[in-house]
Amino acid sequence: MNIHEYQAKEILSSYGIPIPRGLVALTSDQVERAAKMMGGRCVVKAQIYAGGRGKAGGVRLIHHPEEAQEYAKELFGRSLVTRQTGPQGLKVRRILVEEAVEIAREFYLSITLDRESSRYILIASAEGGMDIEEVAAKSPEKILTLTVDPFTGLRPYQARKIALALGLTGTICEDCVELILNLYKVCQEKDCTLIEINPLVVTKAGWLMAMDAKITFDENAVFRHREYPDMVDYSQLDPLEINAAKYDLAYIKLAGTIGCLVNGAGLAMATLDVLKESGGEPANFLDVGGGATREKVAEAFRIILQDSDVKGIFVNIFGGIMRCDVIAQGIIEAAGAVGCTLPIVVRMDGSQVEEGKRLLLQSGLNIQVGTSLGDGAAKIVQMLAQGGR
Amino acid sequence: MSILVDKNSRVVVQGITGRSGLFHALQCREYGTGVVAGVTPGKGGIHIEGIPVFNTVAEAVKYTEANVSMIFVPPPGAADAIMEAIDTGIALAVCITEGIPIRDMVPVKAVLQGSTTRLIGPNCPGIITPGACKVGIMPGHIHMPGKIGVISRSGTLTYEAVKQLTDAGLGQSTCIGIGGDPIIGMNFIDVLTLFNQDPDTEAVFMIGEIGGGAEEAAAEWIRANMKKPVAAFIAGVTAPPGKRMGHAGAIITGGKGKAADKIRTLQECGVVVSTSPTRMGEAMQEALGKAQL
Repeated sequence: MNIHEYQAKEILSSYGIPIPRGLVALTSDQVERAAKMMGGRCVVKAQIYAGGRGKAGGVRLIHHPEEAQEYAKELFGRSLVTRQTGPQGLKVRRILVEEAVEIAREFYLSITLDRESSRYILIASAEGGMDIEEVAAKSPEKILTLTVDPFTGLRPYQARKIALALGLTGTICEDCVELILNLYKVCQEKDCTLIEINPLVVTKAGWLMAMDAKITFDENAVFRHREYPDMVDYSQLDPLEINAAKYDLAYIKLAGTIGCLVNGAGLAMATLDVLKESGGEPANFLDVGGGATREKVAEAFRIILQDSDVKGIFVNIFGGIMRCDVIAQGIIEAAGAVGCTLPIVVRMDGSQVEEGKRLLLQSGLNIQVGTSLGDGAAKIVQMLAQGGR
Repeated sequence: MSILVDKNSRVVVQGITGRSGLFHALQCREYGTGVVAGVTPGKGGIHIEGIPVFNTVAEAVKYTEANVSMIFVPPPGAADAIMEAIDTGIALAVCITEGIPIRDMVPVKAVLQGSTTRLIGPNCPGIITPGACKVGIMPGHIHMPGKIGVISRSGTLTYEAVKQLTDAGLGQSTCIGIGGDPIIGMNFIDVLTLFNQDPDTEAVFMIGEIGGGAEEAAAEWIRANMKKPVAAFIAGVTAPPGKRMGHAGAIITGGKGKAADKIRTLQECGVVVSTSPTRMGEAMQEALGKAQL
């Protein structure tokens, strides 16, 4: 789960990590006033759920409040396309106005999960402010890593080793040790899967400061962080994906015309693969989960039908713990409720499969039953090619 | 005849009084699994469907000699439940629970590394030795006793693969879903090692998916150590680049994770890779055919 830069910075600040003075604005007038409060010279930063904003024109050093207002108008009026957003970009709804800071040196610092060791890993580099993937590819020797023992936690001497390796000395080095320990504390207490400061800077005045920050929360930990849902900026998410998330469905919008409803992420991915192989283009990835209820299947169906690109639907359910008759009832209810006339192919396997098929074929809907994964995919592609019959 | 579980396995179900815990405990028992005990803290002393319930895994092990634990405890308590099972020194823990926070699993993995317990999962369908023992949520009837070992990161895609194997007349020795989470107990290599040693497993089918570098690591291990034919399928060939994990995660995996790279690495290491999820059974037959030449 993503949050904005300004929210990440607020969290860091609450753990004693210094951040630039800043204000969040929702209108260009607010941006102008914020710029005045910063003394005219300031940095205006578009807040979107993606990196690469600087290169995409979403961050600018401003010299006058009027200039800030003009730039804000431009940002609020368009979608920002960065290398992480995809071609449609993301709409700018919030802007962060920050004091302009004179920077002496820049670093990179992050903590994330290392899947190979199954431990948290601290990553640091003296090549701050740059695309860290580029640094890793071009000069891996400039990347420092430290694997954290879960039982001892991150120790001050380990943080000091990193700070010294970054070339810091004296009181700034000790400030950096404290900052690293606090960063680990944030990571643990807030259940972050990624917490990144890039760049971490030393100002010309001699202070350490987090100039940019990114935090990704572990969605599985929401049960102990009731504040997470309130932090989400829904303008940054696909409306259908928001709806799907409410029902705990994994949904991703794709470019094609065949809506997909599958149980299990692996099978859902394989279903997309088969559709493409059969000459079809999937309109979405949708995993209703292993233990989906009839309500969940019905909701999944409604979400697929809200997508106007969808011209046909392929349901692929391998019932392990799901009963096929329950799935069939969910489909019939959902399709009936919205008066769906689109062609549907259902491939079901597992328990109560015959009863499920009987219900579907007697439902009066435009449904065919696939006998296997390949047969089902071929049928829906064929039905669409024949104009939906 | 199998690895990890067989007719002699004695299973304790942690979280047996929960809805899905009880449902699957009974499904497993119906399949023929020796479900000997349940654990739900605070409910020790009762019997549920004839199964004695204990407050702790230690008690259950002491009184019933359970040697396998199947865990259905909900996410907030699941990591603790796994650690409790490990603490008893039980041979095998199978955690079905989906949605355990990463921060909870990091210490579990560390405890596991210093123990004799093997962990399957979490977020997995479990393990089945067809015709003998089912410890998990998979539909038993699609399986058939035989000589193919199956390993998978997925749940329902494993059922698809197993069905294709069964339809092709290829029975299974043991099928294991190792789980789809970033932190899991046994990995591909751990299971491949056991299949390699098992005299009754003749070949292995492996199901992977995009993300991480586990398939590549398994491929290298197969090239160096595997004495038996292996076929595989990787899901997500057409998956869009989608939402990335963020910079730091991408550094660590060093560009690994794409389906095409995994397929190429597996092929280079002598694995027959099915190019379509509709031809998994055929890929296994091809690998077996090649081995006979």
